[in-house]
Amino acid sequence: MKPFEYERAADTGGAVAALAGRRGAAYLAGGTNLVDHMKLGIASPELLVDVSRALDARIEELPGGGLRIGAGVRNADLAADMRVRKRYPALARALLSGASGQLRNLATTGGNLLQRTRCPYFQDPTTPCNKREPGSGCSALDGHTRQHAILGASQHCVATHPSDMAVAMLAFDAVVRVRGAGGLREIAIADLHRLPGDVPQRDTTLEHGELITDVDLPSLEIAARSTYRKVRDRASYAFALVSVAAAVELASDDTFADVRIAFGGLAHKPWRATLAEDELRGRPATEAAFRAAAHAELAAAQPLRDNAFKIAMASNALVATLRELTMPRAAR
Amino acid sequence: MDIDITLHVDGEPRSLSVDTRTTVLDALREQLGVTAPKKGCDHGQCGSCTCLVDGRRVTTCLSLAVAHDGAQITTAAGLGSERDLHAVQQAFVDHDGFQCGYCTPGQICSAVGMLDEARSGFASYVTADLTAGVVLDADEIRERMSGNLCRCGAYVNIVAAIGELAP
Repeated sequence: MKPFEYERAADTGGAVAALAGRRGAAYLAGGTNLVDHMKLGIASPELLVDVSRALDARIEELPGGGLRIGAGVRNADLAADMRVRKRYPALARALLSGASGQLRNLATTGGNLLQRTRCPYFQDPTTPCNKREPGSGCSALDGHTRQHAILGASQHCVATHPSDMAVAMLAFDAVVRVRGAGGLREIAIADLHRLPGDVPQRDTTLEHGELITDVDLPSLEIAARSTYRKVRDRASYAFALVSVAAAVELASDDTFADVRIAFGGLAHKPWRATLAEDELRGRPATEAAFRAAAHAELAAAQPLRDNAFKIAMASNALVATLRELTMPRAAR
Repeated sequence: MDIDITLHVDGEPRSLSVDTRTTVLDALREQLGVTAPKKGCDHGQCGSCTCLVDGRRVTTCLSLAVAHDGAQITTAAGLGSERDLHAVQQAFVDHDGFQCGYCTPGQICSAVGMLDEARSGFASYVTADLTAGVVLDADEIRERMSGNLCRCGAYVNIVAAIGELAP
């Protein structure tokens, strides 16, 4: 690990001031991703500004019924919050599906959103990677691509976003609040993460020095009937091959009054399945409709050599999730 | 860059000067001679370095010591003594919950933290009803302990040991 200076920020304003104009400085919160990257030699900040005691670690009610989650709230505490469990169960379940108990006690809400891909080539500094070293090439394109993207990739990068939490937050239209040198701004979570295009080194639309301070969950009745399903190589403690966050609201005639769907494991960002949602609204909650919705979203998939299975896996995961959510309560 | 910090290790305040790159795990093992937590993968994947930091189980290999100035750290060695084992330690002995023993201090700290989490009502990914009370059956214990690997494969007895103490 390269030597670095360390400062502890007393508040978010001080943290932002400490990073302003210092390209080589980075924020440290839970450290579960950044410290690992520093050990691997794929991140070497010259200054760490520790925000773990500066970030808000509370979850507060918003006027109108939503929740404001401080960026310093640990993943374990967010999953344990009874309001989250009751009103946004897909979010609690997504958090619980991620990492391990020890890591969830360290990892923060802000850090979870900003964690970087687990593409093995990105994590291996001996191989070319456009995300780690722009212009060096993508090793995955001629390598093992089982875990990689089938939607929205580019010739420069086929990595996937690893967060489970962000997938559920995307389905619920969360708003990310950010503090920068120029003040505060709010970003719809759909606009936070980006596709790789020809700038794969940028995971998000944040500028250097911007600090996530909170995430707002809007008041959303449909979210109370939601869940998160994760498919992976091990039963626990593994990243998703495919995951689905979904919420449903059925009308009295068992047609979809509303539906929210987001996928993980398929793209460089959490993937909101608007085509599948449009396919379902107003349709009866039947197996055929679920399949049609999956097809609508996945028709554009462009699998790589090793990951064509993800199309069927994502389709089946969506169908199973919708079946679970639309089954009459007694039959569940 | 060196920084002076104090870590409260198994009840004793220990002051030391650390290079900013030092993890809590390396500070304990290399500078303070506290060797109960083990270095396995050093990347947060195996759980052998697990300690209780301010009462919660964490991977100390991914925790920078400078960021934990003032923290209360309990290692497996601080949970009980040879004459008066902690209930989780005794259960591991009774159920033969280890073979080579390398992962055991991490398993035990993780189990203590996990049982506290369960008593606080934490759900897990395999909990069917997220709003109901916690019943720690074998599936729940396996899921909640999945951050601790045992290359000897003593899992069956580890689950049995923890099951004895499950709420």
